[in-house]
Amino acid sequence: MVAPAPPAEAHIWQLLEEVTDPEVPVLSILDLGIVRAVRVEGEQITVTITPTYSGCPAMNTIATDIRLRLLAEGYTKLIINNQLSPAWTTDWMTKAGREKLEAYGIAPPIDGTASGHVLNLFGKETAVRCPLCKSEHTHLVSQFGSTACKALYQCDDCREPFDYFKCHS
Amino acid sequence: MQDDMQFASTENPALATYTPAVRQQLFQFVLQLADTSLILGHRLSEWCGHGPILEQDLAMANIALDLLGETRSLYQYAAQLEGQGRTEDDLAYLRSATEYRNPLLVEQPNGDFADTVVRQFLFDNFHYHFLKQLLTNADERLAAIAEKSLKEATYHLKWSSEWIIRLGDGTDESRRRVEKSITELWRFSGELTTPTALEKSLQAMGLIPEYEDVQASMTAHAERVLTEATLAIPQQIFMLTGGKDGRHTEHLGYILTELQYMQRTFPGLTW
Repeated sequence: MVAPAPPAEAHIWQLLEEVTDPEVPVLSILDLGIVRAVRVEGEQITVTITPTYSGCPAMNTIATDIRLRLLAEGYTKLIINNQLSPAWTTDWMTKAGREKLEAYGIAPPIDGTASGHVLNLFGKETAVRCPLCKSEHTHLVSQFGSTACKALYQCDDCREPFDYFKCHS
Repeated sequence: MQDDMQFASTENPALATYTPAVRQQLFQFVLQLADTSLILGHRLSEWCGHGPILEQDLAMANIALDLLGETRSLYQYAAQLEGQGRTEDDLAYLRSATEYRNPLLVEQPNGDFADTVVRQFLFDNFHYHFLKQLLTNADERLAAIAEKSLKEATYHLKWSSEWIIRLGDGTDESRRRVEKSITELWRFSGELTTPTALEKSLQAMGLIPEYEDVQASMTAHAERVLTEATLAIPQQIFMLTGGKDGRHTEHLGYILTELQYMQRTFPGLTW
């Protein structure tokens, strides 16, 4: 077997685009904005990722998936770093990622609406557009949804419950 | 758990500056924070499948998961500080109740939903304001963990604060129950900001935040929420302490029996 040519950083980024979030498979990890850096030193490749939520069980799966994807291309000297700071924010989610989310039936995060104010008790909730019928008449059911990153909403027009990818900044 | 990733080693220049004695003290303190989040996370996870309604069952499971995530970051750092080759799993699964350093509050039983909400509110109020202080900590690894967890703790405090208001200013029955829970649990809240000898030593070195500012912010928030809930703020309560020094209520032993069962029965088991 012929050893692969020294990896070009661009090629690594291309491969990372093919690694998806196991909970939201339409999103690549680049769409999600969790890949912070790729470093290539000779044959050594270091990929630095940051967790979305500290307890997110998908993070370890993602690290394994990155490893497997790169191994499949013959890259064997791999380090996957977990970097906590600066903490991940939904601001890093790409525009393409947001469009894919909505098409998939999950309302994308609305920037600047993070629940950063604990004094805002029972405050006005973010108006989130229903990803199904596009109505703005929706209401929050619970800040905590099917995964750590989502809140549960319901549409007042089509009556469908739906996930909202929480703004986290 | 076997992880496929590692923490960036360049992240914490402060680590190299600690003497072995300081490192040992910081190890104990990080362990205390980790134990606290683990035990409360475990308590909340006991609700899974038993919540009063589906959405609140999910909320408690989500909060438990956030706390567990924070726990893992803290145990991993503690293991590194100790430097004796113990892993996060060793620290969680192979220490006895007297070695655990969580405050008494978090090991108290779930009781009814009001008990859980009051326990959560007392903890979240501390956790949120403590993490805010920790953000600017000299130890960059602790500051990074705080930065990550604060975003989550913000949702937790909002959740528990709103539930205090709903229960207090709700029906006669919800009010009766939340008043009973406050009477039962408030006496565990003082320990959170009462520094132990270890904490005093670390505070004197400027390695962890002083608790006066934390306490002041906690008091202000508690007054605001209880007033809105039309509930009386407990006055002159005798505060119970001891958990942070390893003197626990009987409940911790039962928690650990369940939590550590697999590792105690099948030592070294992995999956």
